[in-house]
Amino acid sequence: MRYVRQIGVIMVKDLRAELRTKEALNASLAFALMILLLFSYTFDPTQEMMREISGGLLWIVFAFAGTLTLNRSFARELPNDCLDALIAAPIPASALFLGKCFASFVLVLAVELVSLPVFGIFYNVHWTAQLPELILVLLLGTWALTVIGTIFSALTVNIKLREVMLPMLTYPVLMPALMSAMRITTVLVNGAPIGADELDWLKMLIGFDVIFTAVSLALIETVLVG
Amino acid sequence: MSAVAVEGVWKYYGDYPALRDVRVEAAPGTCLALIGRNGAGKTTLLRIIAGFSTAQRGKIKIWGKEPREAETRRQLGFLGHGISVYDELSALENLTLFGKLYGLPDPRKSAHEWLERTGLERVRNGLVREFSRGMRQRLAVARAFLHDPSVLLLDEPFTALDDRAIAVLQRLLREALAAGKTIVMSTHQLREALELASHVALLSRGQLAFHGARTPEMVDDPGYVYARYGEGG
Repeated sequence: MRYVRQIGVIMVKDLRAELRTKEALNASLAFALMILLLFSYTFDPTQEMMREISGGLLWIVFAFAGTLTLNRSFARELPNDCLDALIAAPIPASALFLGKCFASFVLVLAVELVSLPVFGIFYNVHWTAQLPELILVLLLGTWALTVIGTIFSALTVNIKLREVMLPMLTYPVLMPALMSAMRITTVLVNGAPIGADELDWLKMLIGFDVIFTAVSLALIETVLVG
Repeated sequence: MSAVAVEGVWKYYGDYPALRDVRVEAAPGTCLALIGRNGAGKTTLLRIIAGFSTAQRGKIKIWGKEPREAETRRQLGFLGHGISVYDELSALENLTLFGKLYGLPDPRKSAHEWLERTGLERVRNGLVREFSRGMRQRLAVARAFLHDPSVLLLDEPFTALDDRAIAVLQRLLREALAAGKTIVMSTHQLREALELASHVALLSRGQLAFHGARTPEMVDDPGYVYARYGEGG
């Protein structure tokens, strides 16, 4: 119970700090909407084209916009050496990690939920056709993005070029999860039935989440303290 | 049992040995002043003692236990170069946050008490980013003392403090010593430190040059330790 409370304390602290400044949230949201808008006006995609690329487009936008939020996850602790105080506190590093993951998860998900209706309007896609399934994929894909982004955010927090390093490290590792999410999302937003292929992709996404969450939890103490 | 024991610690940054076989200890209720020139390894040693970094060789024991054990961390209070409080939160929110992380029975009550003791109760709901430098420093002191640690690790605690913050910190440190707490502080401000210290450790290029009780000569002439054991006055 104490462990859950510690995770909650870190999560609420991060969300409160972010909602006061809105640095990451505004940047992430503006970026996501801008890409969706620009893509729509530049390529003027046809209905057929959208059927092909909808999942890919959405997840590329989510991944790029999400990185802007995830960059701040541990970088937020740098001013005033706040990370020292968190490391010194008698809480497990895994609780600190999960607290930060959940805070970033909420922020990234918020950006996604705002982006989806915009996507639907500009690309004339009825994305609500299979909403519960789509939400499940959003949750799983966003968790994958958050876990990988947060562990690399911790790893790169003391590097000067961390804004560059984070995406360079995150995207290659995230590739299997992104591919799964893209493939399933494409099917879901087109209102097509879910087949055996999609179920396999879904299993891979769940497996990715479980494995990388476990690996990150095992490594975080070493990443933070060395 | 020593409150803090550093047993043959080595730390390398790349090939450079920042600490070389350092052995110091602080008995319960004593104040150890860790002195040395810039780059001597004081901050590195304090960070290893605090558990922020690990030694390549050697051991650190706080009350006989590893620094990274949760029970040990509950016993440690660290005041470093940064103030380690959040600009986006209020003074009360900051202290309540750390009170919760340290598992205090009533974090909010403890936060109010320490805001009172450091003269910040009036501005408890103000965001830290709106605070003056002196107020931020006093809040940092409150954060380090909030959970009533038995061992205080202070890295250059008097540097850049205003008069009021120095007075607050000196009073709190004297009270802590009187209450039997152990203090290890690295400092360049020899006069302030030697007034408080019961023991002195001089680091020179990562090696321990002197470790022993503070003598009256050291208080009379703060440069004495450097001249006698170190790298000249």
